[in-house]
Amino acid sequence: MNGKPLVSIISAGMSKFGKREGLLAREIFSEAVKEAFDRCPKLEPKNDIKAMFIGHMGEAYEHQGHTGASNADWAGLIGIPATRTEAACASSGAALRSGIYAVMSGLADVVLVGGAEKMTHRSTAEVTEFLAMASDYPFEQWHGITFPGLFALMATAHMNKYGTTEKQMALAAVKNHYHGSLNPKAHLQKEITAETVLTSRYVAWPLKLYDCSLITDGASCIILTKPELASKYTDAPVSIIGSGQASDTIGLYERKSFTSLQATRLAAKTAYEMANTKPADINLAEVHDCFTFAELMAYEDLGFCNEGEGGKLVESGETRLGGKIPVNTSGGLKAKGHPVGATGTAQAYEIYLQLTGQAGKRQVKDAKVGLTHNVGGSGATAAVHIYRREQ
Amino acid sequence: MSQEPFTIEQFYKFLTQQKLMAGKCQKCGKLHLPPRPMCDNCYGTDFQWVQVSGKGRLLTYTIINVAPQQFQTLTPYAVGIIELGEGLKIPGIIQGAAQEQLRIGMELTLDFGSCSTAGQWPQWQRYCFKVTKP
Repeated sequence: MNGKPLVSIISAGMSKFGKREGLLAREIFSEAVKEAFDRCPKLEPKNDIKAMFIGHMGEAYEHQGHTGASNADWAGLIGIPATRTEAACASSGAALRSGIYAVMSGLADVVLVGGAEKMTHRSTAEVTEFLAMASDYPFEQWHGITFPGLFALMATAHMNKYGTTEKQMALAAVKNHYHGSLNPKAHLQKEITAETVLTSRYVAWPLKLYDCSLITDGASCIILTKPELASKYTDAPVSIIGSGQASDTIGLYERKSFTSLQATRLAAKTAYEMANTKPADINLAEVHDCFTFAELMAYEDLGFCNEGEGGKLVESGETRLGGKIPVNTSGGLKAKGHPVGATGTAQAYEIYLQLTGQAGKRQVKDAKVGLTHNVGGSGATAAVHIYRREQ
Repeated sequence: MSQEPFTIEQFYKFLTQQKLMAGKCQKCGKLHLPPRPMCDNCYGTDFQWVQVSGKGRLLTYTIINVAPQQFQTLTPYAVGIIELGEGLKIPGIIQGAAQEQLRIGMELTLDFGSCSTAGQWPQWQRYCFKVTKP
């Protein structure tokens, strides 16, 4: 836990997640940026912020590309270098990593990183097709394999190898909906039962509707600076002490294992080593639960439990608020929602709130070290970051 | 000697000739399916075509109920990842098998299929898998 701070987070903002009718992604992004600026009155955005990286997955949703510039414009930051990062659902995890590169290189003292996506105005069939663009075209999309389909292929393999059950997957949804019920910004703020999940219709067997994350509109951002400059802006900075990002084959079929994400394991190893931290030191985590099964696999790949024991860990209740390692206190992608490009920095936003004691009803007591885990596609990208409270 | 390029398009062209072909790196011996113009292992660019048997074993599967527009008439349909005899893996739709019949480890055979999107890019043959007849 005594890793050297790479950068400090001095502020963060997140829009309400949900069905945001009548708004464009850039307008939702303004909402996130406004919160981050209001939260940090000592920051002079136009003078201090020297670069911006924004995660945005798809042009197809709004027929809008070139979203580095459009979002910088709506953030009131025209003039600075503004770059879109794209790594599917890990687009803003990659933006965060890029922001760290920028600050640590010395090229920019203060950097805004964030993400935005507008999805709910499209039909489910359209969203299914747009999301599938992040999978391999010639062998996956071409053969009718959807995103739920890819994670279902992994879930089937995991069930077969370790005996993981649909009920265990359902428990991850129940937990995350409970957490979401405590988050006023979550897309869905109602509790559900395992029965609700288990009786919902199949999307891609064994995954059902309630095993899937939500199609959501939303935006998020955090503001980074050099650790030695943090006190100029805030009395309560949060340090990022570990950062890992890794890649894998875009096609799931080419991988050695279908029951583990190698990119998560590589990114986590890098981040843990950099932070001089081990899984047992983590007080809370936001993991990429694009599907309930993905959360169980993340427990294993991040070292929260042994391989094959993700189902048992969720059953134990230790990943629920009040447990040993609460996971997805925000409600996760499952209940808070998954506006794909915004997810990575929305995870960082939750950890920032938790480590600065601003998480309200879902506050984890005495949280000192947090982790975020953001996955792109079926695991061809993963970004893992480790955070520490400094005050 | 002229040789077909080691590309994905060429892989699909071979399927129209009822051939399942992989590229073998002449420098390190790695077998590539799909073929690649550069070996990701040793960066070699000298390859030879190797015909692969279409018989394989089901590694994992799912049943797609919610599909993109162009596949909606097929739902529900099964897809799986199949390990071919040579240790290569490819995914594909499994035709003519009910969900209850599917099990990991079962034997499947590649069916060369047909080109289903005439006039559009890409004009690739859409293969599928069928349960191997005893």
